[in-house]
Order: sequence, then structure tokens, then C-alpha cells
Amino acid sequence: MNFAAIVQDQSSQAEAVLFYLLAPITVLSAVGMLLVKKAVHSALLLAAVMISLAIFYILNEAPFLGIVQIIVYTGAVMMLFLFILMLVGVDSADSLVETIKGQRILGIIAAVGVGGLLIALVSRGNLGHRFFGLEMANGEGNVQGIAKLIFGQYVWPFEVVSALLITAALGAMVLAHREPDSDKKDQRALSEDRVRQNSQPVAGLPGPGTFARHNAVDIPALLPDGTAADLSVSDVIAARGHLAKPGDFKFIETSDDDREGN
Amino acid sequence: MSLGTSDTLVYLIAIPLFSSAFLLLGGRALDRVGHLIGTAASASSFVVALIELNKMFARDAESRGVTQHLFTWINVGSFQVDATLLLDQLSICFVLLITGVGTLIHIYSISYMAHDIDRRRFFAFLNLFIAAMLLLVLGNSYLNLYVGWEGVGLASYLLIGFWNQKPTYATAAKKAFVANRVGDVGLSLAVMIAFVQFGSVTFDGVAKGIAAGSASSTALNAMGAAILLAAVGKSAQFPLQAWLGDAMAGPTPVSALIHAATMVTAGVYLISRSNFVFDNAPTAQLLVVIVGAVTLLFGAVIGMAKDDIKKALAASTMSQIGYMILATGLGPAGYAFAMMHLLTHGFFKAGMFLGAGSVMHGMNDEVDMRKYGALRKVMPITFATFGLGYLAIIGIPPFAGFYSKDKIIETAFNAGGSKGIILGCVTLLGAAITAFYMTRVMLMTFFGTKRWDSAAHPHESPWLMTVPMIFLAIGSITAGFIFSNGDRLKNFLAPVVDKEHHEHETELLAPIVVTGLAMFAVAIGISIAFAKYGRKTIPASAPTDVTVWTKVARRDLLQDDFNESVFMRPGQSLTRVLAFLDKRVVDGAVSGVGAMTLRLAGDLRKTQTGYVRSYALLILLGTVAILTAILVVTL
Amino acid sequence: MNPMNYIYLSCILFSLGAAGVLLRRNAIVVFMCIELMLNAANLAFVTFSRMNGTLDGQIVAFFTMVVAACEVVVGLAIIVTIYRSRRSASVDDARLLRL
Repeated sequence: MNFAAIVQDQSSQAEAVLFYLLAPITVLSAVGMLLVKKAVHSALLLAAVMISLAIFYILNEAPFLGIVQIIVYTGAVMMLFLFILMLVGVDSADSLVETIKGQRILGIIAAVGVGGLLIALVSRGNLGHRFFGLEMANGEGNVQGIAKLIFGQYVWPFEVVSALLITAALGAMVLAHREPDSDKKDQRALSEDRVRQNSQPVAGLPGPGTFARHNAVDIPALLPDGTAADLSVSDVIAARGHLAKPGDFKFIETSDDDREGN
Repeated sequence: MSLGTSDTLVYLIAIPLFSSAFLLLGGRALDRVGHLIGTAASASSFVVALIELNKMFARDAESRGVTQHLFTWINVGSFQVDATLLLDQLSICFVLLITGVGTLIHIYSISYMAHDIDRRRFFAFLNLFIAAMLLLVLGNSYLNLYVGWEGVGLASYLLIGFWNQKPTYATAAKKAFVANRVGDVGLSLAVMIAFVQFGSVTFDGVAKGIAAGSASSTALNAMGAAILLAAVGKSAQFPLQAWLGDAMAGPTPVSALIHAATMVTAGVYLISRSNFVFDNAPTAQLLVVIVGAVTLLFGAVIGMAKDDIKKALAASTMSQIGYMILATGLGPAGYAFAMMHLLTHGFFKAGMFLGAGSVMHGMNDEVDMRKYGALRKVMPITFATFGLGYLAIIGIPPFAGFYSKDKIIETAFNAGGSKGIILGCVTLLGAAITAFYMTRVMLMTFFGTKRWDSAAHPHESPWLMTVPMIFLAIGSITAGFIFSNGDRLKNFLAPVVDKEHHEHETELLAPIVVTGLAMFAVAIGISIAFAKYGRKTIPASAPTDVTVWTKVARRDLLQDDFNESVFMRPGQSLTRVLAFLDKRVVDGAVSGVGAMTLRLAGDLRKTQTGYVRSYALLILLGTVAILTAILVVTL
Repeated sequence: MNPMNYIYLSCILFSLGAAGVLLRRNAIVVFMCIELMLNAANLAFVTFSRMNGTLDGQIVAFFTMVVAACEVVVGLAIIVTIYRSRRSASVDDARLLRL
């Protein structure tokens, strides 16, 4: 799909519609991210913001960046956030009571102030009067254009950023590594413990079915208190009356001599 | 007057000075010989002084002065002062008086202080005094004089408070020192004025400067007034006279030497030495005669009411120095007579003080004259020497005081106009009162009936005490005649104090008339005293039903009360206020700065909350501020 | 439609992210708000690149994404470490550096 063509042809109309549709959603999602109590909800709302931003990138004739935004940011970074949220506590919720005096008011004032001043300053500059569009730059295609720049003019920052990536990965490994609290016992130690404790048979408990005397469909299983479990046989057999009684197969106490011979 | 040079002047000062240091540093080891070393040092100085006198007579009248340059003392830019000694006719009189009378008093003290464990220290201080006083009279500049001036003040303090185990004596020493210090401000001011006006502080430099006319008359009057202030402090004149009575707390030899003969006459020396200033500063001269006249009567009135023999003699000293100061204020004619009276007074007053010491020694250190009486039979030598001094002081011819006091009265009358008449009458009145109270002292002490305590066994003093008294009595008899015969002293001193050889311009009264008036005044005084004290019995304790004048005179004419209410109490309040201001305002400001810093720090500390979010808020607020600034700038 | 609208949207998102950093206490939510701020900046870059007709803005946005990814990795690792020792993920609990 030639995004560029779509964008150019219907630039004013479609772009405006899409913008005016998505922009409020973006802002509302951002506001929601601030206001919701549960952190997981915040993460999901941020993911929504990022996806709409990706659409904005595509609208701005930067399709490569838009897709990268979805894959890297929404896909990797937000997933990472969610992993950590799981680690920290999914249910962790902030109480809405503000502990620092004046922080809320001043924070809102400062943020509104920054936003308002930025908008005022930006609008006073004559930025919007010159509009070129990216037809020329995207002449060979957006990816090719970006590739030309990355591996041409910006190859040195590219290398540095890759070094940064490696460092970050290493750093994360170092930080997240945790020495075990105590030495993990190996198999031999575990076995010795087991023998020492004598709480259970050394050879281990018998597997399932070892003491089974009968595995017919007509014998119900026994519940822990000794009664038959109705669910373990088919209703048809029960209805036909062909249910065998488990007591017929009760285990018979024998003497020790007998057991040895068996 | 040209000045020669000498190599030997320094020995005058050096011998007593080193002796003093040696005695002080030698410690108890020198206790057995300290007094002998001290007396020998003083006697050596006297011998050197006699040699210098001899040399001086050998020179001719216009070039009798000699100087000795010791070292360059101060050399700062345009201010240069050398340590140079000057010996001329004026100084040699003083040098002989100091060393001569001083040596006699040293000999007297060997016996007087024989029972005192600190006798060696006493002689060390006496030698220190001799050295300082000699430096005072031998200095060739106001600044060199100042060194000696301070030295004698120190020695006076040390000696008045010699028995400082008694707190009142120590306080008396402090009082004397403080009163002296107030006067010393005057000398400092005079030095400064001299330097500013003339660029030099030597006597020669100032005299030349005045002759060249480089100072305005206000400057000269100011300098004269400053010198007068210094003299008033040192010589116990009005208004700084309150310390002299209390200075009698020191041992009697001290009173004789310092507070009769020498230190208190330093003021007269200073004014005489500064004759070139006063002759050109008529306002200052007028102040001088006023101070002299007032003190003359002041001392005399106090002397009438004192029962303590030493305090009576102290008041008499105050009065006699008033005579001398008055004489110095009468211009070129008066300086020589002031000097004559100074020298004769040195003899008879020192003699009388030594006599008083002898009486006290015999009466177990009792000073109240009401406990004396009829001592002439028991202490004949003391009676004789004291009596000769008495005759000299009241001015009976042919004894010493007659010549000197008479000349002063004469010069006072000849000062001209109403001033002369007033001064003359004041001096006559003073003579009458002097006769009265000195006769009172004589009658109460040596005549009348015994009023002794039961424990008193009066006896004549040992020969070490009586021989100096005899020598001084000889001086009381002969000195006056020697000095005034043929105007000998006047002509001797003329090249220094009276260069133009003024003669008496006006003669209000013929000299014989003046003498007659003086004799008449003296006779009145003696007869009144005789009537009150010679005939009637003297009460054992001071009578209380007396006139208010007597009461006031007994309280030293309220001088201490005045000083206390005018200076001491306001001064103490001022000190309290300043101390309070210092503590609250100055210290408060300083510690206030500290406290404010602490408070500021405490408030700033609250911004470090430790919350990351509040720090983030601050960052964001800063960003807002920057953006606002950009917006405002680009508006 | 004026492409400046994207810029305004970017400013709004940026200030919303800043407010979130100040107002939320959960460390991970704070981190997410930081990510929001970074994304807002990216949007601005892309819009400017379109306005200027060059691809440099997109390159910068690309690098920003990479760096943001690294930062998220290390930052979350740190949060996990802190959580392990303190059992709390609140930014308000780490306030020992106070007077």
C-alpha cells in the first residue's frame, strides 16, 4: 500500500477527519492514564495513546516510524511495563490522597502553565507558514530515504546508539540478577534429608494405581470419608443398577507372614 | 643663647635608674644593703650635679647651657625627636634641688623605714623617682619632658600606694594617678599643637618658631592653656587638686620628697620652661594667675581646718605652689621669683614634712594633732628644725620664705591696674591665713599641754633622721638671703626666662610698703592663732558646734563631693549605658546576624523534603519561569 | 488542516505527561508518564520533518525511540531492584536524602 499516495490525495480532508477523531481520544486516554487508580489500567491507556500516535506518524508521511512505534513501543516497551507491573503487584493501587502539601495544586498549575506557555510560544513563531511535505524526501520510498540517512549521514550516532542498547541490556541483567538467598540443595542432599527425616517412605510413595485392585467402569471411586463418589461412574450404569460395591474389594488384613509370601 | 655639648649629663639619670633596676631585680638577696645602694646612687647624682654646676659657673653668662645627644628616638617622616638632654640655668636649679633634697631624704628613710620589710623596694622606687624627675627637667623637648612626666607619675603611684595592703592607700594612689592623667591630656595637646604649628617639639624649635611668628595667637593661647592643664594636674592646683590630701597615705619621706619639694613643682618648671609661649599668649597667662590665686586661697582655707598634721602640710603645699604659679603668670618678671620661692619652699617644706615624720615616729605613727601637745621638751631637735621651717614659711625675715614670698607679693602689685591690686590683696590675704594655720600647727603640736595617748612614749628620732632635718633647716635659714642678695638668682636665670632683661615698668607700691603690709598681715594671723589655740585648751576631739565654713573646710571645701557628683556619677552612668549598648546593640547585631543566618538556613532547609516529586515540581516551575521569560522578551 | 495542530497536540500531551510525573506516586506509572512525554516529543519531531520536507526529524524520532527503549529497560530494572529490597514501588518512600 502506498500510504504516501493515500495521504497526499486526501490530505486535507481525510487527514483532518482522522486527526480530529483521534486527537481527543489520545488526550482523553492520556488524561485517563493520569487519573485511574490501578496501574495496569494506566498501562493499557498508554498503549492506546501510543497506537493513536502511530497512526499520527503514518498520517505525517512517516509510515516506517509508525510501524516501528507499534512494534517497538507498544509491543516491546509496553509489554515490558506490564511484566514489571505483574512483578510488582497487579493490584497495586495508589491512594488518591496527596501526601505532600500543595503538590497537587502546584503540580496542576505548573503543568497547565507549561502547556499553555508552550502553545503560546509555538504559535507566535512563524512555523506553520512553510509547508513542504515529504514527497521529495520520500521519492524512493520512506524506508529507503531513512536508510539513506541512517547509514549515510547519521551512521555515527547509529553506532553509538547500538552500543547504548548493548549496555542497557547488560545493565538490566546486572540489576535484575539476584543471588540465591541460600544454596540450592542438590539431589543427593535432598535424598539424605529425606532419609534422615523418616517422615515418608524412602523409596517414595507408590505411583497411582499401584494398589488398585480393580479398574472396571462399574465401581465408583471412594471419597475421602469412605463414601462412594457418584460422579466417578456413568449415570447409565447407575441407572441400570450394575454398580458394584466398593466394599467387595476391601483390602483384607493379613498377617505379617502372609505379606512376606505375597 | 648658644649651647655647648657635654658627655656627662647622662650619668645624672643613669645612675639612679640602674640602681633602681638593680634593686628591683635583685630581690630579697639585696635586702640587707638595698638602702645603702639607693642612697649611694642618689648621692652620686648629687655629686655629678655639683660638678656640672661648677662647670657651668666657669662658662660665661650667655652660653651656660649644654646639651648631650643620646640617640635618635623617633624618626617618622617629618616628625623627628631625639633623646637629647639639656642642662641650662633653669634645669640646674631643679637638678640640685632634686638630688640634694633627695639624698637627704634617702638618708632619712634609712632610719624611718628601718622596720619595714620592703625597705629595699622603697629605695628602688625612690631612685626611680629621682631618675624620672631628672629626666623631666633635663629633657630638651616637650616629648622628652613627657617621658619624665609620666615616670614621676608612675613613681608617685608606686610610692603613695607603697603600703597597698590597706585598700584606702591603694585607692589614694589610684586617685593621684587618675588626676595626673587628666592633666597629662593637656601636655599631649601641647605637643600636638607645637608639632602642627612649628614642626618641632623641642623648646628651642618652639621658641624660634614663636619668634618667627609662625603661629596664630589662638594657637599660642591654646598651647598655653594645654600646658596649664598639665601643670594643674601635676602640681595639684585647682581644679585638679583633690588628690594631694589623699596622697599623704604614702610614707612621710615620700610626702616630703614628692609632694612637697619636687614632683608637685614640676608644673612650675613646665610653665617656666614654656615662658616663650606664655609671654606671647596673654589669655593663657591670665588663666595662669587666676588658677594660682584661687588655689592659693583654696589650700589656705583647707589648711585652717585640718587636724591631721600631714594633711595640714599638704594643704599648705597646695597653697604655696599657688603662689609659685601665680608668680609664673606675671610675665618675665615673675619667673625668677617663682623659682626662688620654689627652691626655698623645697627646703622648708621638706624640712617640715621630715619633722612631721619624726613626730609621728615618736608618737607611734599618730597623725592627729589633737593627740600631740607639749612635744618641744621631748623632741628638741625636731622642734628646732620644724620651728625654723615654720618661721620661713610664714615669711619672717631674715628666713628664706620672707625674701621669696615678699618678692612675689611685690610683683603681683606691680602687675598693673586692677589686676595688680586684686592679685596683691589675694597674696596678702594668703600670707595672713598661712601665718594663722602654721601657727596653729606649731601650737597644737609642740606647745600647750600634753594630750598624749596612754601608749605614747615620744622620744627624739635617731641621728639618721635628725641630721637631714638639720641640713634642711640650714637651708631654710640661709637660702633666701643667698638667692636674693644682689638679685643673684634673677640674673642667673635671666638668659633662660627673661632675655630682654625687663625691669619693673610700673611700681605701684614701694618695696618697703609691701614688706610692711606683709608683716602686718602675718602679725594678724599669728595673733588670731595665738588667741584661739595658745591660750585656750585644745579639745581632744574636733568640736562639732562650728560654723558652716569650718565644716566645709574640714571636708576639703567639698572638692571630693564635687568631683563625685560632676564627674564620677555621670561617668559611671555613661559606662553603664555604653556597656548596655555594647551588649545589646553591638553584640546583639553580631549575634543577630548569626541568629538570622540560622533562621534563614532553617527555613531554606524545609525545601529539602526528600520527595522526588517536589523536586520535579521545582524543575517544572523553573521551566515555567524560563518560558515566561522568553514569552515576555519576545512580546 | 494546519500541521501546527500536531504541534499543539504534542504540547498538550507533554504537559499531561509532566503533570503525571508530579502527581502519581507509583514509580511505574511515573515512568509511563515520562514515556508519554517522550512520545509527545517524537510526534513534534515527525511533524516538523514533514513541514521542513526533510527526513531528519524522523531520524531523530527514531533514535529517540531507541534511547527510550534502553532507558525503559534500565529504569524498570532499577525499579524492580528497589521493589525487591523495600517491598514498595512508591516514589514517596525513597526520601532518605532530606534535611
